[in-house]
Amino acid sequence: MRTPFTLRFLAAMPRSGWIAMGCFAVVTLLLMPALHLFVPESSPFHMSNYAITLGGKIMCYAIVAVAMDLVWGYAGILSLGHGVFFALGGYAFGMYLMREIGTDGSYHSHLPDFMVFLDWKELPWYWAGSDSFVWALILVLAVPAVVAYVFGYFAFRSRIKGVYFSIITQALTFAAMLLFFRNETGFGGNNGFTDFKRILGHDITSPEMRATLFALSALVLMLTLLAGRYLAMSKFGRVLAAIRDAESRVMFIGYNPLHYKLFIWTVSAMLCGIAGALYVPQVGIINPGEMSPANSIEIAIWVAVGGRGTLIGPVIGAGLVNAFKSFFTVAFPEYWLFFLGALFVGVTLWLPEGVVGLWKRIRARVAA
Amino acid sequence: MTDIGPTMKRLLLTLLLLFLPASNAFAALDPALVRQLAAEESDDKIAAIHRLGTSAGAEAAKVLKAMADDELLVAGDAVFLFDGERAVDAASGAAIEPAPETYESITVNNRVRSELSNALAALKLYDADRGVRLAAATELQSNAGIGMVPVLAAALAKETDAEIRALLKQAHAQANLANPDVAARLAAVESLAESASPATRGLLLPLLEAANEPDATVREAAAQAVEAIEARLAFGEILGQVFSGLSLGSILLLAALGLAITYGVMGVINMAHGELLMVGAYATYFMQTLFRAYLPEYVDWYLLAAIPVAFLAAALVGMLLERTVIRRLYGRPLETLLATWGLSLILIQAARMLFGAQNVEVANPVWMSGGVEVMAGMVLPWNRIVIIGFTLFVLALMWVLMQKTRLGLFVRAVTQNRPMAGCVGVPTARVDTLAFGLGAGIAGLGGVALSQIANVGPDMGQGYIVDSFLVVVLGGVGQLAGAVWAALGLGVVTKFLEGWSGAVIAKIVVLVIVIVFIQKRPQGLFALKGRFVDN
Repeated sequence: MRTPFTLRFLAAMPRSGWIAMGCFAVVTLLLMPALHLFVPESSPFHMSNYAITLGGKIMCYAIVAVAMDLVWGYAGILSLGHGVFFALGGYAFGMYLMREIGTDGSYHSHLPDFMVFLDWKELPWYWAGSDSFVWALILVLAVPAVVAYVFGYFAFRSRIKGVYFSIITQALTFAAMLLFFRNETGFGGNNGFTDFKRILGHDITSPEMRATLFALSALVLMLTLLAGRYLAMSKFGRVLAAIRDAESRVMFIGYNPLHYKLFIWTVSAMLCGIAGALYVPQVGIINPGEMSPANSIEIAIWVAVGGRGTLIGPVIGAGLVNAFKSFFTVAFPEYWLFFLGALFVGVTLWLPEGVVGLWKRIRARVAA
Repeated sequence: MTDIGPTMKRLLLTLLLLFLPASNAFAALDPALVRQLAAEESDDKIAAIHRLGTSAGAEAAKVLKAMADDELLVAGDAVFLFDGERAVDAASGAAIEPAPETYESITVNNRVRSELSNALAALKLYDADRGVRLAAATELQSNAGIGMVPVLAAALAKETDAEIRALLKQAHAQANLANPDVAARLAAVESLAESASPATRGLLLPLLEAANEPDATVREAAAQAVEAIEARLAFGEILGQVFSGLSLGSILLLAALGLAITYGVMGVINMAHGELLMVGAYATYFMQTLFRAYLPEYVDWYLLAAIPVAFLAAALVGMLLERTVIRRLYGRPLETLLATWGLSLILIQAARMLFGAQNVEVANPVWMSGGVEVMAGMVLPWNRIVIIGFTLFVLALMWVLMQKTRLGLFVRAVTQNRPMAGCVGVPTARVDTLAFGLGAGIAGLGGVALSQIANVGPDMGQGYIVDSFLVVVLGGVGQLAGAVWAALGLGVVTKFLEGWSGAVIAKIVVLVIVIVFIQKRPQGLFALKGRFVDN
């Protein structure tokens, strides 16, 4: 008899994992939003606007990092273009946010400001339905999924892999960036979308909305981790790891790697889309810069710093690198690129398994 | 019939003037003609200007020049000008004693002024100096009116230089378009059909309508002529696109050659490869600064000195990267990708701190500026021609190095089968370093070429890594011939697409083409022959 799903799901993580997850849930879903909403600003325990936005932002990055880990750590596919899925999700939700501005823009038109500026008279066809929240959610999932599926199908079918695949994904995000930079593409060109006012009629800058988005990011992050963990532990995950380690042999046994790779690749893209959709209302802007190759390759370093194939590692990596970035770009803006560059080199040379690997090594040494 | 219209009057005057004895250019000008310059009617003035224009002498030029400068004066019947303090008769050149007390200059309105400048240009057509004649003929291209026909015909009869003749013929035909004689117009249209300039096309277009051109045969000829010119223009455009495609392709090739070597030998993509281009470009800038400061008289040759310097600088940086980082990541190509990306960030920031975040100015040497005009309206710039030549030179060098030297043999051996090469005694580690240095050095040479046509700045290398990798993918790994075909093909295709759809769409379409291509030929255009197991 097969083990019931719930049991298999519970078995996906050891007890300590569930405890850690529970603590994280209490802190991010209850404690921090409460500190933001109910503690007066004068108190040292108050969560400031800046802190809660930064926290939400980093959790969005962490979702992307986990998504990246699923394809890189478990399937051995290094994508240098994951930023494009993140940005597509952001743009899809951004369209809704732009429509929610209504006639409150600087031109008081029912069209978004940039379209008035371009002297467009009506919305382009692909904006149809963008005023519906539900449609926006569908787009957030569907657009990255379709792009990833089509691209992945052709790439995996001809067995493009390794550095070939990496560079092609970089070219993909580069081309997408160029496309979105054009005003005629209909997504605000250079400036992208900004000046959002509300979601579902609620003020987007209100503390309640910020706390909600923060908690939502945390929730999605946890769900992503759980789902990722479940996938990795399942038979599917085993086959995936086998493909990573010896694709030809897996094929000879009778599996078709195309389906496995394509599935995880598409799921990963959808997760990125969700992260993008959560990210955009919190930072209040989305522009083609998010699709720059440099941004996408940074995602890889989050994963590498944390530790590939560990799921929790990328979350730590995304947090560490972005915390450093927030600190460095303010304190020593000149040296940030040196630091980031050194991080790329140092981690690949000396920390191939990332922080998690380091922690395991230390524990092993202490135990011995 | 007492009322003679102004047109008729002008015609009569012209006819009259034609039968006047042609004045001898040596001595004096025809006094009647000179007096006519002071006539009331502009038409009369213009007729006289035309006559003087054909007379082709220094005297006529002097008088017309004076008139253009408002220094040709009238006092009663005398037309004269001041030569220093002395008043001289404009026709005979004899001094007028005493100089008239009251006089006024001849009124020159805009129409007369443009005729004057034409006539002055026409007079230059007889100059002994070829350069002056060429300049004059070029000037007449834009504004030759019907009045210039006899002048141009006369000049054409005398001219022997082919280039000037062509220009004159063109101007003559243009001037004849307004000729009342149908046969002359027809001849003019047929002659213009040989042109390839958009301006001529613009000149002929109005003739297609009955309102402007009453004669049907001329209209027909004009339609054919426009068609012929358009075909020629389209051909010129294609030629131009092929040329700019080739020059883009040669830059791509210089960038990709190095990448092809390192990827072929070590199986790693060096993401800092674009930054090696930057190192080469900054080395060029450095040599330029050095020459300006210490050898200003040889500054035009700084580029030649920059070639070895850029090669060595980039090769040194490359070998350093290989020894310190890339070697230690052997067998982990994806990690190498990330590490070299980190190196590229460090190199960019280093360049920013050493040379500033702004682009630096690298000037073309004098011998590289300008261009060759291959046909009307199409100039091939020297700097691009030189770059194509330079790429051929590097390519030849590479070929000799790879096919005829011991190092080349080793590099090819390691590319084909590293363990086997190691077994038979090839020092693979040293070959790696040298091959990496060679690839980096060639990227440095690419930087020298790039500095001549693009901005030199810290970020300049970033855009090239994807393009040059596409070249490697298309061409097949470790294949010189493949890289050449792929680079030139990508360059030309990109330029054609750009002309047709704009740069952004072109980039996307090229990417799609490459992806589709890999579906069919995963090993690239020129796959290495042999049996391979992947991983």
